[in-house]
Amino acid sequence: MENNTQRRKERIDRGIKVRTDGIYALMSIRELSYLLLPRLVLILGMLALPLLVPGMYWQRVITITCIYALLALSFDFLAHYVGLVSLGGAFFVGVGGYMAAIMNTTFGLPPWLTVPLAALAGGGICTLLLLPCLPLRGVYFAIVSLMYPLFVARLIEALNILGGTDGITGIDGFSNRWAEQYFIIGILLLLLFGVRRLVNTDIGLVLRGVKDNDQAIRASGMNVTLYKAMAVYIASVMGCLGGACLAHIYMWSGISQFALDFSILPIAATVIGGGGTLIGPVLGCLILVPISELLREFGTLRIVFYALILVAFIIFRSEGIMVYGQRKYQQFERWTRI
Amino acid sequence: MDILIYGTINSVTLALYAIGFAMVYGVSRLPNFAHGALYVVSGFITWSFLNSLGLNYLLSIILALIATAIIGALIYQFVLIRVRGMEISEIIASYAIGLAILEGFRWGGFKGLTYTLPAFIEGSVEIAGVSVDYQRLLVVGIGAAVVGLLWLFTRYTRIGLAMRGMAQDERAALMLGIDSDLIAVVAMGFGSMLAGLAAVLLLPLGNIVVEAGYNILILAIAVCIVGGLGSWMGAVLAAFLIGFAQILTVVYLGAHYQMVVALLAIILTLILRPSGLFGQQKELEERV
Repeated sequence: MENNTQRRKERIDRGIKVRTDGIYALMSIRELSYLLLPRLVLILGMLALPLLVPGMYWQRVITITCIYALLALSFDFLAHYVGLVSLGGAFFVGVGGYMAAIMNTTFGLPPWLTVPLAALAGGGICTLLLLPCLPLRGVYFAIVSLMYPLFVARLIEALNILGGTDGITGIDGFSNRWAEQYFIIGILLLLLFGVRRLVNTDIGLVLRGVKDNDQAIRASGMNVTLYKAMAVYIASVMGCLGGACLAHIYMWSGISQFALDFSILPIAATVIGGGGTLIGPVLGCLILVPISELLREFGTLRIVFYALILVAFIIFRSEGIMVYGQRKYQQFERWTRI
Repeated sequence: MDILIYGTINSVTLALYAIGFAMVYGVSRLPNFAHGALYVVSGFITWSFLNSLGLNYLLSIILALIATAIIGALIYQFVLIRVRGMEISEIIASYAIGLAILEGFRWGGFKGLTYTLPAFIEGSVEIAGVSVDYQRLLVVGIGAAVVGLLWLFTRYTRIGLAMRGMAQDERAALMLGIDSDLIAVVAMGFGSMLAGLAAVLLLPLGNIVVEAGYNILILAIAVCIVGGLGSWMGAVLAAFLIGFAQILTVVYLGAHYQMVVALLAIILTLILRPSGLFGQQKELEERV
């Protein structure tokens, strides 16, 4: 197309998008539904999902998807709102899983108590262990978070602590499968909208400042490390929550919870779904996890598959599905002559 | 005495693991998370040249090193260069490539059979009452030679000087007419080749397994952080520090605790002296 050099694509916000920015959104049903429709589709879709899929096997897949979505949400929050790339989502899952397992088997606490306790305490442990690399810029956080799951898994194996290679068995399950599913879906939706809110509050603003210009934050008299630690705590609580649920779902906790799947799939989901949108990672998980279930018979080839998708998306389509979707929803494009 | 000898061997091993990673990071500020994968790839290529094609051992080693260098350069040229400067993407992309390679091998390459490379020279020798096999002596010798040659290379050749120039200040290097993309590709090639060299030297001492890829990545990173990211000589000295610490732990506490040493070393370094023993990157040392 020779003409392309003479023209460019112009993107303009739709009128309805501009009108719904402020309080005017309340003026008409059309504006209201423009705002509410995407959110309602997500919420109702998630709630209806367990009813729509056939059979118990796929209901279990939905539950696992939600756990991965929690991890992806925590990755997206850390990477795109605080600037810390965590390559060790598996560490959060493992810590949460083992905490819940120990609380349940040793102290006999019921699941509805172990899950929140394991999440809060596990988040504390993860934050404490990651604390040494928080005052520093650069790749240190990625490196250290990559190392922890590998180390801990090997340590448990070598020292034969916490059940060794067999893991901890005999954990109580949830009372029934509907409770299990709606509990996790509810948590996911709650955290999703909670984090979306959080990043638009003052603290979220400071966290984004930490990512973009930490010197400015320091010059404003705020402690950068403290804010980073807070963000890591929030993210690791989400991860540990997923891990604790996982331990109760499988009624088992073992070193496979430190496996690479939990580190790489959330990252792939975030990149595919669209980093920085928070909804994107959840969508990415909804796409990737079922595919990965279908590919279960291929074993570790699945990881190769995610990794290649990841590389391809990073290079060729780094914006992801959700950013693309948002653009189409909120803007229209037209060719204009230069 | 055996602490001294095995400590030295272990240290040189660690230095060999780390020096390729340190080189790539030093020149292009790219944390190459595919380093461990390149190590395994090189071992596997050597094995297949040797056993499937039936080539001469020396020839297959040389070909494998060249192939690994080319693979590394291709990874940089076609993938990593596109995300250069975007820290998040750099880390994710290189990690994903490494993961794809390693897990691909786990799926297709390493099943059933044990894959081993023969030692260069069989047999062992007694040094001060400790029996050491020739392969380990060779590792120490070649390791020392590699470090020495690298030192000479970066000081007396044009490409080596260009690499140092880029490591010190990329913009100034650009102004002096150094093609930073080209040098980065070359550095990545060299770094991969060094990973491959470590593989062909050390794999005859054990089996080729996928797990090695992750272990070596971790050890290489640990050594580089302790020595200061981007400092090549720092990496060598840190290798000795961690190497002896590991052997001492094995002797006095037991083999299980060996892997804790690396993690502990990283954490202590980050708390006490984040830029590492010999890091020149003030930017990183500066605590935000």
